[in-house]
Amino acid sequence: MSVKQLRTEEMLINMGPQHPSTHGVCKLVIKMDGEEVKYIQPHVGFLHRSIEKIAENRNYPQFVPYTDRIDYCASMNANHAYVVAAEKLGDVEIPERAEYLRVIMAELNRIASHLVWLATFTIDLGAVTPFLYAFREREDILDLFEMTCGQRLTYNYMTIGGVGWDIPKEFEPKLRQFLKIFPSRIDDYEDLLTNNPIFLHRTKGVGVLPKETAYEYSVSGPSLRGSGVKWDIRKAEPYSIYDKFDFDIPIGTEGDAWDRYKVRLQELRESAKIVEQAIDGLPGGDFKKKVPLTWKPPEGEVFCRIEAPRGEMAYHIISDGTPKPYRMKIRTASFCNLQVLPIIGVNHMIADLVAIFGSLDIILPEVDR
Amino acid sequence: MLELRPIFDAIGEFLNSILPEFWVTIVSAFGTGAIILGVASVFVLFFVWWERKVSAHMQQRYGPMRTGWHGWLQTIADGVKLLQKEDLIPRDADKLVYLFAPVVCFVAAFLAYVTIPFGEGLIVQDLNIGILYIIAITTFTVVSLLMAGWASHNKWSLLGGMRSAAQIISYEVPLSLSLIGVIMIAETLSMVSIVVQQEGWFWNWYVFRQPLGFIVYYIAATAEANRTPFDIPEAEQELVAGYNVEYSGMKWAMFFFAEYINMLTISAIAVTLFFGGWHAPAPFLDFIPSWIWFVGKCLLSVFVLMWFRWTYPRVRVDQLMAFAWKFMLPLAFVNIILTGFGIYLF
Repeated sequence: MSVKQLRTEEMLINMGPQHPSTHGVCKLVIKMDGEEVKYIQPHVGFLHRSIEKIAENRNYPQFVPYTDRIDYCASMNANHAYVVAAEKLGDVEIPERAEYLRVIMAELNRIASHLVWLATFTIDLGAVTPFLYAFREREDILDLFEMTCGQRLTYNYMTIGGVGWDIPKEFEPKLRQFLKIFPSRIDDYEDLLTNNPIFLHRTKGVGVLPKETAYEYSVSGPSLRGSGVKWDIRKAEPYSIYDKFDFDIPIGTEGDAWDRYKVRLQELRESAKIVEQAIDGLPGGDFKKKVPLTWKPPEGEVFCRIEAPRGEMAYHIISDGTPKPYRMKIRTASFCNLQVLPIIGVNHMIADLVAIFGSLDIILPEVDR
Repeated sequence: MLELRPIFDAIGEFLNSILPEFWVTIVSAFGTGAIILGVASVFVLFFVWWERKVSAHMQQRYGPMRTGWHGWLQTIADGVKLLQKEDLIPRDADKLVYLFAPVVCFVAAFLAYVTIPFGEGLIVQDLNIGILYIIAITTFTVVSLLMAGWASHNKWSLLGGMRSAAQIISYEVPLSLSLIGVIMIAETLSMVSIVVQQEGWFWNWYVFRQPLGFIVYYIAATAEANRTPFDIPEAEQELVAGYNVEYSGMKWAMFFFAEYINMLTISAIAVTLFFGGWHAPAPFLDFIPSWIWFVGKCLLSVFVLMWFRWTYPRVRVDQLMAFAWKFMLPLAFVNIILTGFGIYLF
C-alpha cells in the first residue's frame, strides 16, 4: 500500500458529559488530529434549571436560596449579587454591620472558591496532592460559614435588608487564626507549583487569551485580568462598601494559563487583606433590617453587577410593582468565559485543552443556570 | 543464618532423591513459578496498601483505616470486590485481543523475575545475557497496552494505547543506553556477576561510578512503568483512564497488578545494577540475610517512585517525547563516552 492510499481523518470525540475534567456536566465535542485538537464545540445545558423563570414565580426574599444554586462554589457571592440588585431596585438602606458582614463572607467565599479552582486545576494537570492542601484551607472557611449560618455549601445567608444571622462570638478568634496562617499556606502552594518546572511547562504559553479577544467575548474576572486588563467591579464601580478597603487588583501580562494562575493566587492574598480590614472595622449595631415577605419594590428596572470569583455576576430585574419580579435576567461570568474556549483551545494538545478549561475556572451551574 | 538458599537446596536434594530427573525439572519449574507469583503478589498487595498510606500521609489524611489494623486488609477486600464484579466486554470489541491483552501484560511483567537475584543464590536462572533479557521482556508490556487500546473499540483507549506505544518505545532507548555504562565496567551481562562485583563497602556500588547512568535509568524507568509524571497513557484527566477505560473486574485488576509489579521490577533492576544488589552497605552488616537487604533497598526505591507520583504534575505528551529524545538520549550517550574515557584512563 502506498502512502497515498493511507487515509487519515480527524477523530471526533465527545469529551463529556461524563469526563473527569469537565468540572461538572459540560460536553465538549472535539475533533482531534492525533493528539492535537482542531475543533471544539462546547455543548451546555445539562444543568439547566430555569432559575430565571422560577424567579418570576417567587417573592423577592424567597428567591435568595435559588441564587445559592447558581454558583455553588461561591454561594455567598451569588447571594450578594442578588440582594445588592434587589436593594438597589427598592432603595433599601441596610445597617452598616450587615455591609461589613457581607463583605467578610463574600471575600471568604472568594478565597474558598479560588481554592477549589486551585485544587481542580492542579488535578487537571495531574498533581493530586495540592488538591488536598487547598481543601484543607477551604475546610476552615466552611467551618466559619457553618458556625454562622449552619450550612457548608448553599448558605442562604444574605437577605434583602441585611444578613440572616449575626456571627457567633467564636467566629472572630477562629477567623483571625485562619488569617494568620493563611499567607504561609499560600506560600506552600507556591512552593509546590510556582517553581515546579513541569507545572511551568504545562501552563506557560498555553491558552493565550489576547486582550482583544477577551473584550470581544466579554470575558471577565481573573481570566480577563490575566490578560492584563485592570478591571474589577470592586474598584471600577464599587458596590457595598468596597471603596472603604485598601486592596490591589493583580493583573497578568501574557494572558496564558500561567498568568491566570498567578492572578488567582494573588487574589487569595488580596481577599485575605480585605477580610482582615473588614473584621478590624466591624461596627456594632443591627445586622438586618426587617423586610416583609411580601416586599413590593416600586415599578421599574435595575441592572446591578458585582465581582464574583469567576467574574462579573449581574442581575437585571424588572419590577411591575408586585411582590414578584416581572422578569429577571442573570448574567454569569462562566457562560461568557466558556465561549472563548473554542477560540483559545484549538491547535493545542488535548492535555492543554484540559489545562485551559481548568484555568478559565468555569462552573457549570453558572453556565446553565 | 537466615539465608534462604540452603532451604531451596535441601528441597532440591529431596526431590532428586524421590523423583526421576525429568520430573524434578518439571516440579522445580512450576514450583519456582508459583513461588515468584506468590511473592510478587504479596508485594503488590503490600504496595497498593502502602501507596494509599504514603499518599494519604503526604496529603494529611489517614487513608484506609477500617479494614484491619490501619487498613492492611484493604487491598484484599478490594481484590474480593474485583473478583465479584461483572466482567463486561464491549459489544464492538475485538474479543480475542481484548481478552488476551491483560494476560500478556501480566505475563510480561512477571517474566522479568527470571533473572533478578533476590538474594545470594536466590535467582531462578542466571542467564549470561541477563540485562539484555530484562530489557527485552519488560518492553513486551507495550504490546499488551496497544492490544488493550485497540481492542476496546473506544477512542480514549485508542489514544491511550498509541501514547503508551510512543512513550515506552522512546524511553526504551535511553533506558537501554543508560545501562551500557554498567555493562562496560562490569564486562558482563549476568546479573549475579554484576552484583558480586559490587561486594564490600557501599562505595563499591556502581551508582558511585555511574551517577549519570543511574539518573537516566531511573527517569526512563519511571516512564517505562507509566508512573507520574510520565503516566500519560492512562492520564485520568485527559483520557479518562487511557488504555484500560473499558476494562473492569479481574481484567482491570491484572493491568493494575502488572503496573505495581513493574514498579518492583524497575526498583529491583536499579538495586541490582547500581546499589549492590543483595550486599550490605558495610561488610560488618553481613549478619543480616542478603534477601532482607535486597528487599529493603527495593522498598526504598519504590517509596521514591511513590513520592514522585504524589508530588509532580504530569508532563504533556510532546514534552515527554522531547525530553526523551533531546535530553535523555544525549545524556545517555555522554554517559557512555565518559565511561569509555574512564575505563581507558584508569
